[in-house]
Amino acid sequence: MTTYPLNNHEDILNNAQSLRWEIGADFHEKLMESIYTDASQIADRAVIRPDKKPRFDLDRTIDRLVTSRVWGFPLMILLLTIVFWLTIAGANVPSGMLATLLLDTVHPFLKGVFADLGIPWWIDGFLLDGVYLATAWVISVMLPPMAIFFPLFTLLEDFGYLPRVAFNLDNMFRKAGAHGKQSLSMTMGFGCNAAGVVATRIIDSPRERLIAILTNNFALCNGRWPTQILIASLFVGGLVPAHLGGLVSALAVVGVAVLGVMLTFASSWALSRTVLKGEVSTFSLELPPYRPPRIWQTVYTSVIDRTLIVLWRAVTFALPAGAAIWLASNIVIGGDSIAGHLINFMNPFGLILGLNGVILLAYVVAIPANEIVIPTILMLTVLVTGTAGVGSGAGVMFELDSDAQTLSLLQTGGWTLLTAVNLMLFSLIHNPCSTTIYTIYKETGSKKWTWIAAVTPVLMGFAVTFVVAQVWRFVESLL
Amino acid sequence: MTTETQQTTSAACETCPVHNAAALKKLGVDMTDFDFVVALAGNPNTGKSTVFNALTGLRQHVGNWPGKTVSRAEGGFSYGDQKYKLVDLPGTYSLLATSLDEEVARDFILFGQPDVTIVVVDATRLERNLNLVLQVSEITNRVVVALNLMDEARRHKLQVDERRLARDLGIPVVPMSARQGEGIPELLQAVSEVAKGEVVGKPYRVKYVSPELKRAVEQLTSQIESAFPDLPNARWVALRLLDGDERIAEALRKGELGDLTHGSIEARSAQLQVIGNQ
Repeated sequence: MTTYPLNNHEDILNNAQSLRWEIGADFHEKLMESIYTDASQIADRAVIRPDKKPRFDLDRTIDRLVTSRVWGFPLMILLLTIVFWLTIAGANVPSGMLATLLLDTVHPFLKGVFADLGIPWWIDGFLLDGVYLATAWVISVMLPPMAIFFPLFTLLEDFGYLPRVAFNLDNMFRKAGAHGKQSLSMTMGFGCNAAGVVATRIIDSPRERLIAILTNNFALCNGRWPTQILIASLFVGGLVPAHLGGLVSALAVVGVAVLGVMLTFASSWALSRTVLKGEVSTFSLELPPYRPPRIWQTVYTSVIDRTLIVLWRAVTFALPAGAAIWLASNIVIGGDSIAGHLINFMNPFGLILGLNGVILLAYVVAIPANEIVIPTILMLTVLVTGTAGVGSGAGVMFELDSDAQTLSLLQTGGWTLLTAVNLMLFSLIHNPCSTTIYTIYKETGSKKWTWIAAVTPVLMGFAVTFVVAQVWRFVESLL
Repeated sequence: MTTETQQTTSAACETCPVHNAAALKKLGVDMTDFDFVVALAGNPNTGKSTVFNALTGLRQHVGNWPGKTVSRAEGGFSYGDQKYKLVDLPGTYSLLATSLDEEVARDFILFGQPDVTIVVVDATRLERNLNLVLQVSEITNRVVVALNLMDEARRHKLQVDERRLARDLGIPVVPMSARQGEGIPELLQAVSEVAKGEVVGKPYRVKYVSPELKRAVEQLTSQIESAFPDLPNARWVALRLLDGDERIAEALRKGELGDLTHGSIEARSAQLQVIGNQ
């Protein structure tokens, strides 16, 4: 075998290095472009279509529209708005029916049975007012929106739209110094952040994968959709005439989701400029042909696979949480319940952030599952304000018959539009749920990164709500 | 099938295998009892596994690439008097080594130097599939295109002119429908012709959009060619270096690229001895 003098190698590498400076940074793109251009020319010459003029190609036409530079993003936002509007407008009626059944009919019936059997008040309270009501609340508030949202989302997925979303976002991710495939793991995060974190496995570069894991939290997961949807329809939708309410609240939810996407870009950019520096790698994304969605199959699988699994998870976390809240509200130390002490303790800090002690305590209770934030907040608000005539007293999770009643309860608790806006922001930004944190630990194998992933968002949430509250109050004082 | 025959290497023995037995061993391919090694490349969803099964039948073995979590299938077949080992590469859209799959496929074609690389192509999505063909044929001229899914193309009323395609690409093109077993004998014939050196491709070279780019590529290519006169893919190496590919820069430093110039007589005869001893 022939050997060559070593300096030859270095000469070649040095020359390559200096040529790289001359030809500029977009060499890779130009190279890909050349390959694609030539491939398409060769293919064009070899393929003969029977009809002379190019046939109308539906796929290509749709693709041109949904991935266009001008129309891509507006169409994406329009589609999301339609999905949320259908969810918000459609969920009200079944939600109310479920609440009537589970809370107004079954709950008093069980209460009656327990009373007839002569069961002591604390067992009755613990089981029926704590455990049962928490579960019933979660089911009636979460099942209808999920049963509408998930099939719609799955239909979009089945149709082949999600890869196009990834295509639209790819360029922005690359500009943020992250991998284009992060758009896929982020889209997955809109369903569930734990699933999104697992989905980052498709990214090979460890640096870019870590960025994708750390920022997945900003993709609004389905545990947080109900919070956003409810608060938006109560406070934001209430600002406009009733017939516009649904649309405006849908737009508010889309706004929060888009803000989450922008936060993803911003934090990816910050990470790739500071602690996770490095070069961006490229990849080819296949845009699969559009397929007519198989409607019934999709509805069936999304109800079974997603809706029921998510609901089951929420229920398993709501059961102990309901029990804990009931106990914390009914065990009295020094003239006030445990929950009362905690709320009073957190209240001053909460108010600085434009939130309140109830919301902060609810977020501590809801670390295992974001789904139970709203039930917890309502229950704790009743406890603090001592509102008579709603629900069944201290420590009882309940369903209010109408949105108007929920609104008036929250207003009694000192809620303003600022509280609502900041709750929506905090719900978007705050720490991931414990399942996601555990998943991050398993995927990264690093305690350090897990801590960073868990703590940074909380601090960011505090910072954002603090700034919003101060600016809001300052502007209000001027008016 | 259309081919252009041209002698590109100064090989002492035109019908001898060209694969790099030592590198193949490192890549986990044992060439004992086999004459030629054939790599099977292609985009995902082109019927690559159908082609693999049609060629190897039940003689296959599934494992992992050494040190990688990417799974690999290999099998064998005989054609004429020769025995061929067929290695299934991961399905990829390109060979720019931006993912583990692409790296595995690229390294095998570059360092293993298979005697033939079959690229399975979806005839109904020719444009997208040709990207990979063009990239593979920058690395090796021992390529055969298996133009698969011709039955689907017919159903979509698409006519693919395989002779035109072969002329433009400068390599053999075999139309086939692996699911129906259509075209398998023709593929075997084409593979054996390329393996034995009876047919030598003269692959199409991608044109470059700007003159500066062309100049840079040509300058570096000629520098590499003068350092490694027998390297079969100097231009491709130049492109990778200009793209900042660390793996290739490292291969250059470590002298791995020097090993690829086995077109030289010494390397050939050393390999023949190895094969003869076994």
